[in-house]
Amino acid sequence: MNLENLTHTSGEWLRGIGPESDIVISSRIRLARNLAAFPFTNRATGHQKSEIEALLRERIAKLELDPRLDYINLVTLSPLDRQFLVERQLISRELAGSEGPRGVALGPRETVSLMVNEEDHLRLQVMRSGFALDEAWQDIDKVDDLLEQRVSYAFSEEFGYLTACPTNVGTGMRASVMLHLPALVLAKQIEKVFRALQKINLAVRGLYGEGSRASGDFYQISNQVTLGKSETTILNEIREVIPQIINYERQARTTLLKESKQSLHDRISRAFGTLRSATMMTSEETMDLLSSVRLGINLGLLPEEQISMPTVNELFIQTQPAHLQKLMGASLDGEERNAARARFLRSKLRENGSHPN
Amino acid sequence: MKCHYCSNPATVHLTDLVKKQKKELHLCQACAEQQQLIQHNELNLTTIVQTLLGQHVGHLPDELARLTCPQCGIKFMEFRAEGRLGCPHDYEVFKGELQKLLERIHRAGRHVGKVPRRRPVEPAEVAELVALRKQLRESVEAEAYEQAARLRDRIRQKESHG
Repeated sequence: MNLENLTHTSGEWLRGIGPESDIVISSRIRLARNLAAFPFTNRATGHQKSEIEALLRERIAKLELDPRLDYINLVTLSPLDRQFLVERQLISRELAGSEGPRGVALGPRETVSLMVNEEDHLRLQVMRSGFALDEAWQDIDKVDDLLEQRVSYAFSEEFGYLTACPTNVGTGMRASVMLHLPALVLAKQIEKVFRALQKINLAVRGLYGEGSRASGDFYQISNQVTLGKSETTILNEIREVIPQIINYERQARTTLLKESKQSLHDRISRAFGTLRSATMMTSEETMDLLSSVRLGINLGLLPEEQISMPTVNELFIQTQPAHLQKLMGASLDGEERNAARARFLRSKLRENGSHPN
Repeated sequence: MKCHYCSNPATVHLTDLVKKQKKELHLCQACAEQQQLIQHNELNLTTIVQTLLGQHVGHLPDELARLTCPQCGIKFMEFRAEGRLGCPHDYEVFKGELQKLLERIHRAGRHVGKVPRRRPVEPAEVAELVALRKQLRESVEAEAYEQAARLRDRIRQKESHG
């Protein structure tokens, strides 16, 4: 797989299509699986990790999947390219930053990624644009079934799929839905939503998972419990709560339009103006301003002739540090990067303005 | 006072109420940040496991402290400190303690949901595979390649039947 070809696209998670895609960015399911006869990754020697990788790599290559998956060895991949895969949500930060033999098998549409020698020997992930947990589950269940025919998973009747961390044992499943909730943030109601979610055992995380900040007003809602509930039950619990959050966000948007349209419009226009004319731009400021612009388009406060939704979605990812450096074809330090990011934004937004798509 | 995770002096002191009992955790700044116990109030699963483990087990009885998995060699103490198990067999070896922990994390103790259609490998077979792999490693290290080749074939055969 040629990573350079990916830089110009937004990838699956920011494709901006699918049900409720003005608010629901993407749906993702991850399954943790381990081989029965090996120690978990953190306890395995370098030699054992090589054996695990070789075994899984061979079995993955034989999977009857259409289209086929490409295997990328993460040891020989540059740190920049690893960061690039993290930004596209194709590998975890942990896998990018860890050591020893490890890799990832990717589908060409970037919906499937199988991480090898993560915290667990195998982390299967399927991602879908929009609110599409059912489709994601069907895909991942199928990949898991195919793999299971070729690999002896560590499984016990009592505890289910056995994982390195007891927080994942049982189904080994983490299902998450990424939401864009700018109006709830503006209306300062987001904390209330979080507290309600935590009460029903759902976790809320930022854009890049555990411990990351919710930049760009993106939030991931996922299940905490993996033992004692079936995959269907867990998915139902998440599926039931998402429409309520979508509803809250829509109500907050309506209220903002009714009670403070002028200042909201001003905020959105300023965000757009800054993105089009600033000469230094950090990644974080870019995310926040793009979030306002995204809201502006959804509310009809920024005409689509000026900026299209696909462009905004692309900019969210292309202005991330590794994407930007790959697009510029050079490794840039913080200051240079901020100048390059501003330059990139100016050119993209001007070109988009003069040639509406 | 020393840090709960390393031997540096503890400068961060956390207290929590569990079942009306006060539990204290003392950490150095670096470990506290690393464990994301300060600054972030977001839920962090590693921290939860470690805190639960600390609270739950309290002082380790000698017997528990000495408990070691025969397959991967991890001691219960190490699991307690790191929050990660060493191999699938640990679920059997540390079963008693894990059941209590799982009950607290998941409010459940038994798996419900997908079961591999393929029969899971019997514990005895796993133990044999683990032993065969160990022998294989040793014979490669001793440059006994003929023996290594034989062992490799046996492992392959076992795996494809398993």
